[in-house]
Amino acid sequence: MSATEHSASDGREPLLALRGIVKRFGAVQALGGVDFDVRPGEVVGLVGDNGAGKSTLVKVMSGIYLPDAGEYRFDGAVRHVRGPGDATALGVATVYQDLALCDNLDVVANLFVGRETASGGLGGWLRALDEPAMEQQSAELLQTLTVRLPSVRQEVGLLSGGQRQSVAIARSLIGEAKVVLLDEPTAALGVQQTAQVLALIKRLREQGLAVVVISHNLADVFEVVDRIFVLRLGRRAGVFEVGATSHEEVVAAITGAEFGRGGDGAGQPSSAEAAR
Amino acid sequence: MSTAAATPEPSATPAPAPAPEQRPDGRFAVLHRVAQGELGSLRVLIGLVVIWAIFAIANERFLTATNLVNLSLQIAATGMISIGVVLVLLLGEIDLSVAIVSGLCAAIMAVLVEQHGWAAAPGIAAAIAAGAAIGVFQGGVVVRFGIPSFVVTLAGLIGWQGALLLVLGSTGTVNITNPAIVELAGKFFTGATAWIIAAAVVAAFALSSLDARRRRLRAGLVAATPVVVAVRVAAVAILSFGVVAILDEDRGLPLALVILIAFVVVFDYIVRRTRFGRHVLAVGGNAEAARRAGIRVNRVRVIVFMLASVLAACGGILGASRLLAVNQSSGGSDLLLLAIAGPVIAGTSLFGGRGTVWSALLGGLVIGSISNGMDLLALPSSTKFMVTGAVLLAAVVVDAAARQRRQSAGRV
Repeated sequence: MSATEHSASDGREPLLALRGIVKRFGAVQALGGVDFDVRPGEVVGLVGDNGAGKSTLVKVMSGIYLPDAGEYRFDGAVRHVRGPGDATALGVATVYQDLALCDNLDVVANLFVGRETASGGLGGWLRALDEPAMEQQSAELLQTLTVRLPSVRQEVGLLSGGQRQSVAIARSLIGEAKVVLLDEPTAALGVQQTAQVLALIKRLREQGLAVVVISHNLADVFEVVDRIFVLRLGRRAGVFEVGATSHEEVVAAITGAEFGRGGDGAGQPSSAEAAR
Repeated sequence: MSTAAATPEPSATPAPAPAPEQRPDGRFAVLHRVAQGELGSLRVLIGLVVIWAIFAIANERFLTATNLVNLSLQIAATGMISIGVVLVLLLGEIDLSVAIVSGLCAAIMAVLVEQHGWAAAPGIAAAIAAGAAIGVFQGGVVVRFGIPSFVVTLAGLIGWQGALLLVLGSTGTVNITNPAIVELAGKFFTGATAWIIAAAVVAAFALSSLDARRRRLRAGLVAATPVVVAVRVAAVAILSFGVVAILDEDRGLPLALVILIAFVVVFDYIVRRTRFGRHVLAVGGNAEAARRAGIRVNRVRVIVFMLASVLAACGGILGASRLLAVNQSSGGSDLLLLAIAGPVIAGTSLFGGRGTVWSALLGGLVIGSISNGMDLLALPSSTKFMVTGAVLLAAVVVDAAARQRRQSAGRV
């Protein structure tokens, strides 16, 4: 995304904004007053070493964890998110690392699981599924996202890893999502499939969604995100515009090394990555 | 074909987005599924033809109208219980108590009607209500304490056996004389009535096929061509009229068979076409994913256990009607084995999420045919048990092998 477009998004109000989020687990402070925000049409990369608090922060956003202190703002207003259902109702969709797909069901059924379109039938739980409507919507959605699948009636268990990830991401868009949280979307994918998923993330941005990507892979992060948000030991260690930073600077923020010590700063983190 | 479609690598050259007409049509998908060995129904139909051919050669009486009427009466009770087993298996659970619950509920009905002078309808309703209560109790224990259903229903298998003895009292047997209950397995439709029933089945199938096609076309989707619809309707017509023609040569179309097929059709609709059925399949496929998608997983589980026990009660009532008595061995012997083996033989997976309600009927036919054929040949019980066990083992091996294939074909 070009710099001009980005400065435009800077002027926009954040869609999801966290202020001073504190989360403790017993004596351990996982998050120590974190501010975070993401705007519509923006992809934010959330990076940090293991134990930096990435997962905790995402779980606060998706409503799984209630913060001990801090504000959850959505669309400019403070919201009381008491559970995953509240976050979903606001339009915050989460794509978990395990994808949470039902391998025995086809693509259409997976896209609509839990919010099936029904028509007629006996009412309530015995309402008849409106398969044609769901299939049509699925085909349209996948076409908008240029996700290529053998068939929308293909069983999800028979799809490749990249296709499964694409289905999981597409599913988050069925329920009118405004913010999509992606947990390690490219982990365990091959080069080609990673490219597929990154292209899909770019299309989410084109659709005006706010996207948060958690990733360990800085190459992927640099390719797809607009801003990089670095967490270190439960605190914000820096926010970088992708156009105006370097790998070394981000890595230094992740590891806490002083940036500008040349080879040291770059060498140390890569060994930390390798140790992971 | 199967390898190419099973592991579709994302093409490096950006192919155009799949337009609807480029997606494989229905026939292609069916071929695909047969090639993957997942279309259990077709596999089991071929198996059934082989079994019938063997017994027909071994004993000329096997394929007579009289014996086929007997066979349909023999599978009615087991098939009914198997419908409930299918639902539980789809959920990825098991219910080992279904056979004994069928005996217990039949005993409750028999005692109320024959000893306490209740009419047939309230007696049957009481038996079904008892089944529902048992199912809710067992399902409730499974979800409340997180105990494997295998253990809870094993306890039920023993406990309800005791309840059966208690209900039957000191005599240990209750004869059924109530005409309405006797009619359930004793009534036959002959002549015009039977043909009208067959014609109604064909007409209903044709109308629903045409309606499904119309709705798909209206949504701008690929639908079965008129030729395909016509072939399917013709197949159903040949089957329905053929069954009636054969059975009508003897006593006629048994009411029990009509009841069983009606239950299969209704529960097949529930599983494949309603939100509840979709939720059952989702829980059976990935319970955690279903929970995150907002499905109330525990409620689905309790309802399915309730349905399994209710269907067991219905099967028990049909069985009591056929044998004209309920006694201490009702719901015992190999009924449990047969009720579970049937659907598994016909392709319903023990691992959850895969299977059809029709497998209850098809599997019941396979198991029933083997049992009936061996009876005609007057084989000893030792041989019968070993053959039935071998068939079940073979079916489970096929199921497990299909699962392994899926796992190696999926997730690249």
